[in-house]
Amino acid sequence: MSPRITFAVTARVLTQLRRDHRTLALMLVLPCVLMTLLWWMFQDLPGDAFDRLGPGLLAIFPFIVMFLVTSVTTLRERGSGTLERLLAMPMGKLDFLLGYAVAFGLVALVQAALAVALSVGLLGLQVTGATWLLALVAVVDAVLGSALGLFVSAFAQTEFQAVQFMPAIVIPQLLLCGLFVPRPALPDVLKQVSDVLPLSFAVDAMQTLVGSTQTADVWRDLGVVAAFALAGLALGAATLRRRTP
Amino acid sequence: MNNAVEIRGLRVVRGGRTVLDGLDLEVAGGVTGLLGPSGCGKSTLMRALVGVQQIDSGRVTVLGEDAGSPGLRHRIGYVTQAPSVYDDLTVDENLLFFSRVLGRPRSDVDRAVERVALTDHRDQVVGRLSGGQRSRANLAVALLGEPELLVLDEPTVGLDPVLRRDLWALFHQLADDPDHPAAVFVSSHVMDEADRCDTLLLMREGAIIASGPPEEIRRSTGERDIESAFLKIVESA
Repeated sequence: MSPRITFAVTARVLTQLRRDHRTLALMLVLPCVLMTLLWWMFQDLPGDAFDRLGPGLLAIFPFIVMFLVTSVTTLRERGSGTLERLLAMPMGKLDFLLGYAVAFGLVALVQAALAVALSVGLLGLQVTGATWLLALVAVVDAVLGSALGLFVSAFAQTEFQAVQFMPAIVIPQLLLCGLFVPRPALPDVLKQVSDVLPLSFAVDAMQTLVGSTQTADVWRDLGVVAAFALAGLALGAATLRRRTP
Repeated sequence: MNNAVEIRGLRVVRGGRTVLDGLDLEVAGGVTGLLGPSGCGKSTLMRALVGVQQIDSGRVTVLGEDAGSPGLRHRIGYVTQAPSVYDDLTVDENLLFFSRVLGRPRSDVDRAVERVALTDHRDQVVGRLSGGQRSRANLAVALLGEPELLVLDEPTVGLDPVLRRDLWALFHQLADDPDHPAAVFVSSHVMDEADRCDTLLLMREGAIIASGPPEEIRRSTGERDIESAFLKIVESA
């Protein structure tokens, strides 16, 4: 692994993204549009539904978007022969993974900044805790989405197959993460399942931030999400083999 | 001079099919052509040389080291059969990226672009180039960094005669370079490229059926061209 090569990969991925305006719009603008839509939905209803659901969705939208974009992008690299060429060159597996992770991490940073600024600044999301922590949770969650996307790209042969992982990996987490039903209120088995799903921790962190300025629990949950992201990267590394049959 | 490549008893099974079964061969300097019909195992052999092919048994030694060793990755240029360059980057951006992976200076990029005659198109996105231009961009990547061995998998497929002539001239130029000679190992299924090689390896169904300079193969089979020589060898087997 060498920093020079890792950053070469990062620079290249970012150049490719920069040229693809539609994907850039998907990643940067779509979460903002969705948050606005959410705010608008609850406009005429009494209560604080937007404040309740907003933070969780601030974590979930980036996760979904980054999962989709990363799984398709890395699948393309695997399928196009460029990965085989790179593995015959002095590039290490870690260079490839970290290069992608840093590139998508940077995009996640911009994405989170925009979505959080919009929600808190313009749409009036009430958050007791620090706004920058909110953005940080969104960023780490986006990186988690990327890491998982990278991993599942090993199990798809076509882009069609890659996007089918989304309903499989994302929707169960969506349902069990505490957005629709508070996690303590779930039936026992489902609660235990939700305890090992990374998205639950991200949503927990977000909900803590909304309600209080206590940060200890937030950092702990953030740590768990980051650990899942690292595990995802490690699994991704295992699927990258220099020699193939 | 030691052989650039030495293979002993190479056996590769892919998808249940034995593609190579106990293959022996040597590749020395100069331009060596690997000729054989599609599906005979040329690509598998080349992938084994650059170290991305899972091998069942046998030994592949490249430039004195085991194929696939980290120490070799700077020293070999590899061109895959299907263009393996990024379609959404320009020629220049592609070469710049790969040159950074190899740790080479920018001047390498300029030189590679010139050698494949893509200077006029260097700022064009690869996806919008013609088939021949894309093949040339693909080749340019392998030329970065003064490799000692070039493993080229059907680099002249679909190119017009003028371009093919120029590319073969380039291969000889690289092989005969006084400062940095490279052993050029080129595969093709077009038999009339045979005479452009210094040494030939004729391959069929995973085995080498003839090897040597083109004139020698023609003489020993009594045929006027390599295609007929190939057919004669196959029929007499």
